[in-house]
Amino acid sequence: MSKTDITKAEGDLYLENLTKSFGDFTAVDDLSLQVPQGSFFALLGPSGCGKTTTLRMVAGLEAPTAGRIRIGDADITYEKPYRRPVNTVFQNYALFPHMDIQENVGFGLKRRGIKDVDAQVADALKLIQLEQVAKRKPTQLSGGQQQRVALARAIVNRPAVLLLDEPLGALDLKLRRQMQLELKRIQTEVGLTFIHVTHDQEEAMTMADTVAVMNNGIIEQMGPPTELYESPRTAFVANFLGQSNLFPAKVSGVDGDNVVLEDSDGRFLMPKNRVADGVNLSSGSSVLVGVRPEKINIGPLDPGQEPPSHGNYVDGVVEAASFLGVSTQYEVRTAGGDAISVFAQNLDVHGLMPVASQVRLTWLPLHGFVLDGHEDINAGVESELVVG
Amino acid sequence: MSIAAAIGDTLEEQPHKNKPQKQGRFTPYWLLLPGLLWLTIFFIVPLVTLFGTSLMTPVPGGDVGEFEQTFHFANYVDTLTDSTYYIPLFRSFIYSGIATLLALAIGYPLAYAIAFKGGRYRNILLVLVIAPFFVSFILRTVAWRQILADEGPVVAILRYLSLVEPTGGVYPSAFAVIMGLTYNFLPFMTLPIYASLERVDHRLIEASGDLYAKPFTGFRKVTWPLSLPGVVAGTLLTFIPAAGDYVNAALLGRPSNTMIGNRIEYTFLSVNDYPTAAVLSFILMATILVLVLFYIRRMGTEELV
Repeated sequence: MSKTDITKAEGDLYLENLTKSFGDFTAVDDLSLQVPQGSFFALLGPSGCGKTTTLRMVAGLEAPTAGRIRIGDADITYEKPYRRPVNTVFQNYALFPHMDIQENVGFGLKRRGIKDVDAQVADALKLIQLEQVAKRKPTQLSGGQQQRVALARAIVNRPAVLLLDEPLGALDLKLRRQMQLELKRIQTEVGLTFIHVTHDQEEAMTMADTVAVMNNGIIEQMGPPTELYESPRTAFVANFLGQSNLFPAKVSGVDGDNVVLEDSDGRFLMPKNRVADGVNLSSGSSVLVGVRPEKINIGPLDPGQEPPSHGNYVDGVVEAASFLGVSTQYEVRTAGGDAISVFAQNLDVHGLMPVASQVRLTWLPLHGFVLDGHEDINAGVESELVVG
Repeated sequence: MSIAAAIGDTLEEQPHKNKPQKQGRFTPYWLLLPGLLWLTIFFIVPLVTLFGTSLMTPVPGGDVGEFEQTFHFANYVDTLTDSTYYIPLFRSFIYSGIATLLALAIGYPLAYAIAFKGGRYRNILLVLVIAPFFVSFILRTVAWRQILADEGPVVAILRYLSLVEPTGGVYPSAFAVIMGLTYNFLPFMTLPIYASLERVDHRLIEASGDLYAKPFTGFRKVTWPLSLPGVVAGTLLTFIPAAGDYVNAALLGRPSNTMIGNRIEYTFLSVNDYPTAAVLSFILMATILVLVLFYIRRMGTEELV
């Protein structure tokens, strides 16, 4: 690598078989991924899943136990942090308290001996719309302002990769929403590769082009937010990203493009392309059926009502109903004993389905998904509750 | 925040006149009372008396040590122009200045190592820093006579390295006095610096590395400035008592190494020239005050730790 100047490396970021162990504990386990240059990439997972360790290895604050890290052709695996074209927005911002905002933002440029520091700092402060605080000390700014300064301090260096470690974690909800849009705008404007570590699925989905869901040191699934949400491949992803109704079922056969499944509440159809890779579809094998609560249609059960033509329905009793204005959240207990959540959009003015009333739940075959039956049905649920 | 400001805030925040708060109003003053009384009786009153003494003149035809109260301000001029006094005064500041720098050079790395590399041994190491206090100040200083004696290990090494002549020694000497001062006040340097360093957020050091600062640059730009309050406190806690110290010069120095403390002691107790001793005390105090004010201004810090 001596012929290329690593500090000027650019290109896609590659993590190859990256592993980090602390004693017996493997924080990151044989992780490989490619982050295209200029994309907004999110590493999403509960605390302790290895996402921050991954980030720290890219920043050079942690040395990998095995594997390689490359930016374009340049191997930076064991490069010193100050030699890497990588900058970090730290979780607590880590602004230098004894320097004013201008000095904070200009710190990296000065260290690299760049000439027109003042002009570049001014541009960066303009980007975050904080020109007026250049001479103030970090403690004189609000949390949101400090967060933006931390971002400017990293961005001003135009790194090949910008790392964001839970950058919005310390902000309140309203400010967080605002900063999400702001971050996305800035990323689009400067066109740098952003790697965003977060445990907040909404944050990841709002901003990132690609989301990698991490759990126990491995990537469970990676893809655009919509793909992860609509076609989760593991129970962890299904539960961690939004909410899912998962219930065990058995494969009873294949009917053309559809798989026929059977559980305590009857038979369901599911298109084959809604089945996660690697799921055994031979008759009698067990699977998990998943349906998102907002994809389920709920209606009062009339005696003698015809089943929907596609055949996917369950009858049950409303156990709880909470009216949220925009939608109503129902908890329905099916005849077969499963508990199913339903989000019904508030399209009508008729009011709610009363508790203890008989209802019929229906959903289109392509609105469900099928996972391997060995998945832990509750994976990712706990962590979501903690976070939420 | 200063104490006065703290009291001011407390008073401002309590405009209501109900009873519990009215009691709380005077709490700060009650808390201040013991300290104020102590300072008044044992510091202000003796200081005023001492100032009176410094303006006294000998009783005409009286005994040695007999003085009457006058307002002879010329005492100050006479003392300041007398080389038997201003030379030890000047020497005191040179010795204590060097000792302070040496203590900083030893104490800072020590505090740094304990704060950043101490790990779980931190508390034990801190106890070791103050362990010398379990032995009396005089005893510790006398022990340095042994360490620096002609037959001792230090001289043996220095002789071997030809840094002193084969028959030469280092005790008694200015060197020995400065070593004694450095050693005796080292904990006062180390502990405040440790306190400052210990509070430096490691993530700031990581951030400096992330922003292209090499480790030494990171230290110079981040760690050092953030530890300055400790450095200022440590240097003051070393310099001030060292400047007035007379034990080290008495036990480890020659007559030519006397410091102002020795001179005051001698003038007061042996010559019984109380006004001159009082004048010297005031000059010492004033000089230290001026130096410290200048120093604090220069360092641009008003919060000492």
